[in-house]
Amino acid sequence: MKLKTLISALASVLLIGSQVAHADKWGDQFPHIAATGDIPGMCSYESMSKKDYSGRTLTINTHAIPVMGEPTALHAEQFEKLTGAKVEVTHTPAGDLYSKAMVPFQAGQAPYDIVFGFSNFINDWKRYLAPVPQEYVDQMDGVSASHKAIASWDGVMYQYPVDGDRHYLKYRKDVIDNPEMQAKYKADTGNELKVPTTWKEYGEMAKYFNGWDWDGDGEPEYGSAEVMKKDDLMYAAFYSRSVAYAKNPSTPGGFFFDLETMEPLINNPGFVEALTDWVDAVNYVPPGGINFGLGDEINSFGGGQTLFSFSWDDAFVAAMQPDSPISNQVGAAQLPGADRVWNRENGMWDAKSNQAPFFVWGWAVGVAGKSDNKDVAFDYLCFFANGANHQADIGIGRFGVNPFMEEDFKADVWTQIGWDKDIAQSYVETLADMEKSTNRVFPLRVPGTFEFNSALATGTAKALAGQLSPQAALDEVYAEWVAILERVGADNVRDAYAVGVKMEDNEL
Amino acid sequence: MNFKHKYVFLLPGLIVLIGILIFPIIFTVRLSLSGWNSFNPGLDFIGFKNYVRLFTDDPRFWQSFFRLSFLAITTVFLQYVIGFALAHMVWKDIKFKRFFRVLFLIPMMTTPVIMTVIWRTFFHESLGPLNDFLSIFGVQPPWLSSPSLAKVSIIVVEVWQWTSFMFLLMLAGLLSLPKEPFLAAAVDGASPFKKFIYVTFPLMAPISIGAIIIRLIEASKIMDTVFVLTSGGPGTSTETSSFFIFIKGLREFQMGYAATASFTYLIIMIISLTIIVKVLTKVLMKE
Repeated sequence: MKLKTLISALASVLLIGSQVAHADKWGDQFPHIAATGDIPGMCSYESMSKKDYSGRTLTINTHAIPVMGEPTALHAEQFEKLTGAKVEVTHTPAGDLYSKAMVPFQAGQAPYDIVFGFSNFINDWKRYLAPVPQEYVDQMDGVSASHKAIASWDGVMYQYPVDGDRHYLKYRKDVIDNPEMQAKYKADTGNELKVPTTWKEYGEMAKYFNGWDWDGDGEPEYGSAEVMKKDDLMYAAFYSRSVAYAKNPSTPGGFFFDLETMEPLINNPGFVEALTDWVDAVNYVPPGGINFGLGDEINSFGGGQTLFSFSWDDAFVAAMQPDSPISNQVGAAQLPGADRVWNRENGMWDAKSNQAPFFVWGWAVGVAGKSDNKDVAFDYLCFFANGANHQADIGIGRFGVNPFMEEDFKADVWTQIGWDKDIAQSYVETLADMEKSTNRVFPLRVPGTFEFNSALATGTAKALAGQLSPQAALDEVYAEWVAILERVGADNVRDAYAVGVKMEDNEL
Repeated sequence: MNFKHKYVFLLPGLIVLIGILIFPIIFTVRLSLSGWNSFNPGLDFIGFKNYVRLFTDDPRFWQSFFRLSFLAITTVFLQYVIGFALAHMVWKDIKFKRFFRVLFLIPMMTTPVIMTVIWRTFFHESLGPLNDFLSIFGVQPPWLSSPSLAKVSIIVVEVWQWTSFMFLLMLAGLLSLPKEPFLAAAVDGASPFKKFIYVTFPLMAPISIGAIIIRLIEASKIMDTVFVLTSGGPGTSTETSSFFIFIKGLREFQMGYAATASFTYLIIMIISLTIIVKVLTKVLMKE
């Protein structure tokens, strides 16, 4: 027995030794993974180098550079060198990713082997995608259970996990934790300067710190950077602001619709209160902030222009990069909450503190069912998300690759790339707490998702532009949602929505 | 060559015409009678449901159409006035005439989308050079955040980009005018202003009508400038018909409904442009 243990230990040492040797070799050859070297696995650099895809051409439709487009292109180049395959990458604006794949899909074609999009496309796309083969699913030990569920429908995985997204609050620590600023804020407003726990506090602080040079760089700073541009994911920003007022843990059975009746809830007082706050936010965003898309938000907060921001990880990671003017001066926290939450069952406000994380999910990628290169395509995706690439990618804000592996929720991963320990700790705790929350909201994954979100974007954009009052804008969205339900079929929507409601109600 | 041979020679052109013009229109009409969307891809038949929806329950389409009319007429009018003025200027013997002729054509030779991205940067309210300059005078107009200024911004970009085209047509027209009427006007002692009003302008009327109609057809398809500069915003304040159809068809994937809007728009444009040609002919060529 002892001999067996000794042999086993010796074998392990030899194996580790050989892996380290590989890591050095691959790290030298591919500077992107220089920090970690290769990390052994089914899709590591070492494993891929043994494949020969010479003469094969892989086509990919991905997002524009840099967010997701840059890592796609980078890993395509690496994949080419390792396997001999030719990889053709097409970059497409976010708003066109859906249609660029959907038009040929519906025509029975597969112009791309791999299509990138958002995870909420799954319901519309799943019939055109190839399920992820079991051997790839089996090696996803490190992927969090929630993300495996997100990438799957009825137990079949259609989207290869490459990214995990949530919306949370980002703030300037050097201001919020600054005793001088705290004293000044107290003297001027009578309130405490602290990490805001409600959207009202968020608005008050953002207004106070709007339009003056509070960091001494000679330029005025502003209150908040938000995604407000129509058709540029603004609907997700609105949901983030709505969850505190409209996701009541006492009234399960739907956030967007009443699952039983399929009545849209989008114009109830909870959503109207959130939109009223958002209209007020137009007063504390940077000039032109009403036209900010995601890229603008990342650059604005990441460049030190605003006190707050909330949305995907990218702005936070961009702010923490060594070349950022506010590196190690930012903090992460849960989305603000509210002092009251709408109770749709009794039609009254419940006077209680409420906070709900919004799981926006994020980038998703699948392989076309009619692709002739499924083997190469899945190998590429597996390589894209291998341990070494993933660790390098999540540290680069503009890449848009965010935590979804269990390993990512450990502070050490982030301190190794230069983050202060307390910031890394607050970051991973914020993410982990969202995973643990029992009052979460997930995005719509129903047939016609795009129609619902587009109608919402149009309505809320009208309110932000002052064309309609918040109530009138959401009444218009309600009417549009009812019409969409009629066109798509309320039962079809209900069947798909029920899956999301089960997750929100902690039944899955 | 007998009569039938003529048809044989016409056949290739006819096939191309059917392929690239007739078939898409017929397909659009058929698509407009279907409920094709992301959930139900296919040419099912739903009658005139989409048309009823468009005419009775979609103010957004009509608002975008009237906005388009305003933008198209304003931009083409400005392009005509400025283009004609510039052409008139370099038609005369002035210094560096050739240089100016090339200079005025440059905007038309640039790529519209790229130039609109540059204009967007120019109009950027917190980082753009325009507001940076204007801040010296204490003003920072919300170029793209105010519904009215956003329209002004679109007009500026369109006029900048396409005045060159108008300039080119008007200059070609001026260069082809006969010299005799001008000599006669000179003998009569007509002032430059009178020469322009009574000689140049009437002689240029046919070319002016052609140029205005060509530009109106193009301007009525304003899409790239709106898409890049404002995305139809703020709110829906700069949405035009093409942008609306794009959103319905390729963003929301309501292909059937987008085809309905598209075909309706085509019919309206054919009728409108026919009326405009008749009115312009009556007004500009009355003499």
